[in-house]
Amino acid sequence: MSALPVSPDEAPVAAQTPRATSATSWRLVAAVGLAAIALAVPFALSDYRIFLATMTLITAIAVLGLNMLVGYNGQLSLGHGALYALGAYVTAILMEHGGFAWWATLPVSAVVCFGFGLLFGWPALRLKGHYLALATFALALATPQLLKHKALEPWTGGVQGLTLLKPDAPFGWKLSQDQWLYLVVLGIAAVMFVAAWNLLRGRLGRATIAIREQPIAAAAMGIDVAYTKAMTFGISALYTGVAGSLGAIATAFVAPDSFGMFVSVFFLVGVVVGGLGTISGALVGAAFIQFIPNVADQLSKSAPSAIFAGFLILCMFLMPQGFVGLVRSARRRLQHSPRPRGGD
Amino acid sequence: MYSLLQQIASGIAMGGIYACLGLALVMIYQSTHHINFAQGEMAMFSTFIAFLLLKAGLPYWAAALVTLGFGFVAGFLIERLLLRPLGDVPELSVIVVFIGLLIGINSLAGWVFGHKLEPFPSPFPDKAFGSTLISGHELGTIGVVVVVMAVLFAFLRFTKVGLAMRASAENPVSSRLAGIPVSLMLSLGWGLSALIGAIGGLMVAPVVFLEPNMMGGVLIYAFAGALLGGIDNPWGAVAGGLIVGVVENLAGTYVVGTELKLTLALVLIVGVLLIRPSGIFGRKLVVRV
Repeated sequence: MSALPVSPDEAPVAAQTPRATSATSWRLVAAVGLAAIALAVPFALSDYRIFLATMTLITAIAVLGLNMLVGYNGQLSLGHGALYALGAYVTAILMEHGGFAWWATLPVSAVVCFGFGLLFGWPALRLKGHYLALATFALALATPQLLKHKALEPWTGGVQGLTLLKPDAPFGWKLSQDQWLYLVVLGIAAVMFVAAWNLLRGRLGRATIAIREQPIAAAAMGIDVAYTKAMTFGISALYTGVAGSLGAIATAFVAPDSFGMFVSVFFLVGVVVGGLGTISGALVGAAFIQFIPNVADQLSKSAPSAIFAGFLILCMFLMPQGFVGLVRSARRRLQHSPRPRGGD
Repeated sequence: MYSLLQQIASGIAMGGIYACLGLALVMIYQSTHHINFAQGEMAMFSTFIAFLLLKAGLPYWAAALVTLGFGFVAGFLIERLLLRPLGDVPELSVIVVFIGLLIGINSLAGWVFGHKLEPFPSPFPDKAFGSTLISGHELGTIGVVVVVMAVLFAFLRFTKVGLAMRASAENPVSSRLAGIPVSLMLSLGWGLSALIGAIGGLMVAPVVFLEPNMMGGVLIYAFAGALLGGIDNPWGAVAGGLIVGVVENLAGTYVVGTELKLTLALVLIVGVLLIRPSGIFGRKLVVRV
């Protein structure tokens, strides 16, 4: 019995089949096509749409971070909005008070968030399932209050938050701010997705998945459960934190009330709708949580979260493996290959 | 000194509300081992029903009674229509459904009732016995919590249904073999839990004003209280709720100030989970591998 609604054959460690070579070439074609489309975006759309695409990529990085923890490791965090806020504030404070260039804040933010993730993840190791969800839920609720606190106000700007400058394209390139930012974010996102893919197929990733499936058996096979879980928490925090930094740069503004409980819930919606334990699902999920509010806002202020709630619940009933899982099972059915019986 | 006593008194009153919600959480946790993240929002929605009835001109106690009925039926139906069909799924899926319920009920309330702060009446007089130590609503809240606890205790201890509910929480398989309709007991537990939560909602609304997000802070303290007392023990949850209420008020007044109240709850929750995850009065959960 898996600890998650993920079937083992859909993990990135899928066994190589004889068809793998032709599948790889198809995958290559798809990847090249996708890259071409991604590169064409800033030259084909209006600035506002480019900004939306940038935010989607940023959200995808955050959702991927959360998915590493929830989908691959089976630890549920309802507090990744707090990590997103941490990354955003590290960048904002360094730019505002430290005179850092925007790009120089990213490594600092990555290190800080990784450290915080490890620190929070270490005690959280003892918390299983709903207890971890509870602790992180409290963290998410407390975040805006903490950011507003008087003691931090000289740094964080209190309720008002901080306003930043949007970066201009360097070397006199003829790109608008939005076009330049999109390309930067696209590059960073590509690197981080490839890194995640490699990481999750490697030693740490396999250990992570083994712990999700059966922690005791994993420990018996010599996996250092505490180390792996804390590392996963740290890396997950790093991804979400860097996304927060990029988000702060892209919107050129941070304020406590934009990091409430709902940010964490939105990331969770992205993970669930995109597909637990899938990497490409992060993109689908991010697009979903970016575009639904844009469409549904006209209906009512409450409509987006009502739709998200519906999708969270429906997903658990109808497609527990999310959109990517649905596509995969549909493709498998089309190919008439019998569903492999995993050692579930 | 007098103000300290005042703070303790209103801490106990607030703690009573946490205790109510804590009891509601325990009712569900005992039988299913799930923490209902939507407990606060369910209570909030019930309170809005009471608000509508009061606006329609119903007397307070009639409105409260109908509201409790609504809470019970809603809880019963949520279990029947949403959680039962979900079946025996991993814990993570259940939590995701709870989070879906949380934001779903919250946005539904925002959609239907709006986001305006609404004053909500208290059924109790302003002053209790002409004293300034404790307000009428605070004393009334404490009284209500005592009554709820007494009734719940009597129900679980002395009635056949109560016995059946305890049995099916303790050992569902044997209970089913003994002829107890375990699944009905589960729905009943959900209904009762939602009812107790609605009482908490009715008591807290006069203090914090009625609006869709009113339960955020309250629920997190109810979690802290239930965890502190032991989330599988009703009396522990009540004691934990009262302790947390007093601690919150004293720390809020004398130590950290009101701006860090939620952070205090976070520290309490993480602290309890690290030092004594089973709470003061809880049992240690032993898992068979």
